[in-house]
Amino acid sequence: MSLRAERSASATTAPQEPGHGPPLIHAGPPGANGHDALTVVSGEVRLGRRLRDLWGSRELIVRFTRTELKVKYKNSVLGYAWSMLNPALVLLIYYMVFKIIARSHQPYFAIWLFAGLLVWNLFSGASLASTSVVVGKAGIVKKVAFPREVLALSQLGVTLVLFAIQAVVLVGAMLLFGIHPSFHYMVLLPLAFVTLLVFTAAFSIFLSAVNVYLRDTQHLTEVLLMAWFWGTSIVYTYGQIFLSGLQKNHPSLKWLQYVYFVNPIEPIVMAFQRVVYGKTQYTYLPPGTKRGTPPTVYHILPTWGVGTYAMLLGIVLAVSVVLFLLALVVFGRLEGNFAEEL
Amino acid sequence: MPLAAIEVRDISKQFRLYSEKHTSLKERVLHGGRMPFTPFWALRDVTVDINQGETFGILGRNGCGKSTLLKCVAGILKPTSGEIRVRGKLAAMLELGAGFQPELSGRDNIFLNGALLGLPQSEMERRFDDIVAFAELEDFIDNQVKFYSSGMYVRLGFAVAINVEPDVLLVDEVLAVGDAAFQRKCLDHVKKFQREGRTIVVVSHATDVIRQNCERAMVMNHGQTITVDEPGEAIRVYLADLLGVGTVAGPGSGEPGGNVLAIGTVRTEHEASGSRVHLYPGESLTVTAELDSLAAVPNALATIAIYDDANELVFASDPDDPACAVEVPEGGGIVRFFFPEVPLLDGTYTVSVGVRSPTETAIYDWKDQVTQFEVANPGRSTGRVRLPLDVSFRLRSTGLTGEVPVVGTDFGPAAGWEETVP
Repeated sequence: MSLRAERSASATTAPQEPGHGPPLIHAGPPGANGHDALTVVSGEVRLGRRLRDLWGSRELIVRFTRTELKVKYKNSVLGYAWSMLNPALVLLIYYMVFKIIARSHQPYFAIWLFAGLLVWNLFSGASLASTSVVVGKAGIVKKVAFPREVLALSQLGVTLVLFAIQAVVLVGAMLLFGIHPSFHYMVLLPLAFVTLLVFTAAFSIFLSAVNVYLRDTQHLTEVLLMAWFWGTSIVYTYGQIFLSGLQKNHPSLKWLQYVYFVNPIEPIVMAFQRVVYGKTQYTYLPPGTKRGTPPTVYHILPTWGVGTYAMLLGIVLAVSVVLFLLALVVFGRLEGNFAEEL
Repeated sequence: MPLAAIEVRDISKQFRLYSEKHTSLKERVLHGGRMPFTPFWALRDVTVDINQGETFGILGRNGCGKSTLLKCVAGILKPTSGEIRVRGKLAAMLELGAGFQPELSGRDNIFLNGALLGLPQSEMERRFDDIVAFAELEDFIDNQVKFYSSGMYVRLGFAVAINVEPDVLLVDEVLAVGDAAFQRKCLDHVKKFQREGRTIVVVSHATDVIRQNCERAMVMNHGQTITVDEPGEAIRVYLADLLGVGTVAGPGSGEPGGNVLAIGTVRTEHEASGSRVHLYPGESLTVTAELDSLAAVPNALATIAIYDDANELVFASDPDDPACAVEVPEGGGIVRFFFPEVPLLDGTYTVSVGVRSPTETAIYDWKDQVTQFEVANPGRSTGRVRLPLDVSFRLRSTGLTGEVPVVGTDFGPAAGWEETVP
């Protein structure tokens, strides 16, 4: 955004020589937006001011989010139900494919899937919606001055509401099936959630600006998200790859774990799964095996303590904060010409 | 000096005109990332201070950069270089209802617009009733804005923009909205703003808007400031610029000490001036203009133009008419424009008078809409002009014998009107 409100004390206390020009009349109620607000429009805007402006427009983010929800779902319960149709269908399809066709014997597989999808839906939903938001709102971007990052963040706000609805459904399902989350790991949830928000915000803001210049970013994002989804342990388990599969059969490929964790979404998904699913392994005895045979143990998540998860999430959060600031800088560079490019 | 409400410092804005625009990564890659463009400077080193409480006009022909400047001040466009400082809360009316979402109700749009202008919801709630009352939309405020008529739309836009009580208001050609009553209300509000010491910046083509409302005006051309002056002088420069005249013989460009030729008092007179103010259609009219001259100008051209109430040009004199040539001796004299017959109907007409050189290289002086005259039509014909009219009537030829009654006497035989009377 090029319009930055910078409060300047000097604007009101500046020396005013008597008899020169009309006296300053303070019109309107003095307040946060009173006479002393000094707005500077210039070619470059410092990061500190961008952040302050964003903070100052939090009410606008809420407004835009509400607008978007109103327009999309017309304030009706049925409207929100429609919005749940897609995630429900995705859940159903994956469940059928992995449980019935691929014969996964993981108990309560639907809950496992739901825990990962919950995170993924927020991330991918906000990213995709944000990519086209500046172009889609060209009318307002060309005519009204406000911090444009707000547009991407309001899309995040919309997905956040859908996230909340899905979370309620998930909790309901857990109560129904009598699944006990690991209360011990519950402290991870806020950390994982904040990390998810910051990373998604960074990615969304970046994409929304780039798409103005490269309009096919939208399609590229879809492809990227598809690959990203399968690179994250949502429909399969982390243990399937690194604890039972690779570890046993190809011990030399252990380093791949570290590459795997370059994906910032992975630790977030794992933390959610750890809390919601509550187990790190399950046992399975195929029907028809000889009596007395010990059941096979399947590892699904590493047996890390809260500290390890917290550390991983902490690293991702730190990286996400840096990415968020970088995204703001990139956005600031690109937004100067938004009004002309649209 | 109090601090200026808006400080514009060396603002330049470059647009890139691409001969071929690649808006996708695919195209960029295919073309090796090259995108040839021609730089176009929409603004070049514009520096101006707009004082607190001032109503400031910006004049200029299309494409001169005035709207770009306004967008930069509003913060919609970011200047390529330079800096603008705005003191106080700013509201821009570049297009009324620009931030409206058609799917939302009027009520929601008011709050959304308020948030866009940076007002907290509590503040908007306090002003909500005023806004609705001002827009006269009490019955429709919960309807979706997409069902509003264009008049309702702009009324709501204007109502929001002025009721948020901005310290600085930017207006781009949008003062004329709604019906006459609403326009009146808008103008009253603008006047109230002026009394309250708020700063208003108006961009307009309409010279009379600038003249009536502004304290100072800036004329722009090709992204540069030509002059910043009191409105009368600025309009003169603007009109000279509009006429494509090379040099403007304004102050300082002619003889030292000012204009070579300057128009003084301009008066209108008609044949019955003594008994009534207005003239009747068809009566004669005399316009006299006093000329002050510092030097003899042997080949000046006097021009006159007449505008109607709607500011539409009714008549402008032919510059090639030898009758318009005047020889002005040193010291000056009086130019007399005589219209033997003014065939205009009811209305108040304004008169502009100018003096320039025959080669159109210099406008010595131009007094835009300096005087006026009124025409009152005693008859019942309506419109702008009274055209000489004659009406006659006759029957179509029927082939029957008999007398053909003819109404009107000067109805001579014409082609296709063969007389079949035996």
